[in-house]
Amino acid sequence: MVKRLVVGAHYGLRDWLAQRITAVIMAVYALIAAGIVLNSTPLTHAVWRDLFAQGWMRVATLLFAISLVWHTWVGVRDILMDYVKPDGMRLTLQVLVLLVLASYLGWAVQILFR
Amino acid sequence: MASASAKKIRPKYLSLPALLFEIRLPVPGWVSILHRISGALLFFPFTAWLLYMLDASLRSEQGFEAVKHYLQLPLVKLGMLVFIWAFCHHFCAGIRYLFLDLDKGVELRTARVTSWIVIAAGLGLTALFGAKLW
Repeated sequence: MVKRLVVGAHYGLRDWLAQRITAVIMAVYALIAAGIVLNSTPLTHAVWRDLFAQGWMRVATLLFAISLVWHTWVGVRDILMDYVKPDGMRLTLQVLVLLVLASYLGWAVQILFR
Repeated sequence: MASASAKKIRPKYLSLPALLFEIRLPVPGWVSILHRISGALLFFPFTAWLLYMLDASLRSEQGFEAVKHYLQLPLVKLGMLVFIWAFCHHFCAGIRYLFLDLDKGVELRTARVTSWIVIAAGLGLTALFGAKLW
């Protein structure tokens, strides 16, 4: 009988679950945001600025940005694991993706809270 | 012994015409690969592009007007259309996967029907939002 050695800390399940939860968060945000934008015609700078001046909108958008980064990391890492076989290249690409995602989050925070 | 089996030439049926015309991906497979492609596109370049526009549009009145004019350029509109499709397809396919995770719609017939619905909804919503953009 083969004794299977279970290693890790169930991060596969954690990532899988995180991807789904962040997906739901983003879907809800997208529906609400689309509803607001499509209902505020004509969309002027004043309307746009006031929308993002509200505390709840900033927090919701930050939550969306964090969800997006987490969700994207799981998804892009899956793609890289499936198609990029040389370890060195895969690791390089993964680091690059993480840097891009961190920059996105930093940029979003800068836009929201300046 | 390993070299003997390695030397044996085995038929490989993966010519380009075979890949294009003979090996047919089932509809759920199309939804899946399009989910990946749209997801990759949303990661890059679309998130960066939208952050750039959000940044400019919130910075000042002039920035907002500049983004409005920018969105009128034909090439930009085309890019936005691709973004809208990627978002809508990824959104619809994602909801389908959430249901599949709950064991809903896993029968072959249902899975095929919902796949067609996802592809059609992605394109339909793209047409709808695209028309609004124009």
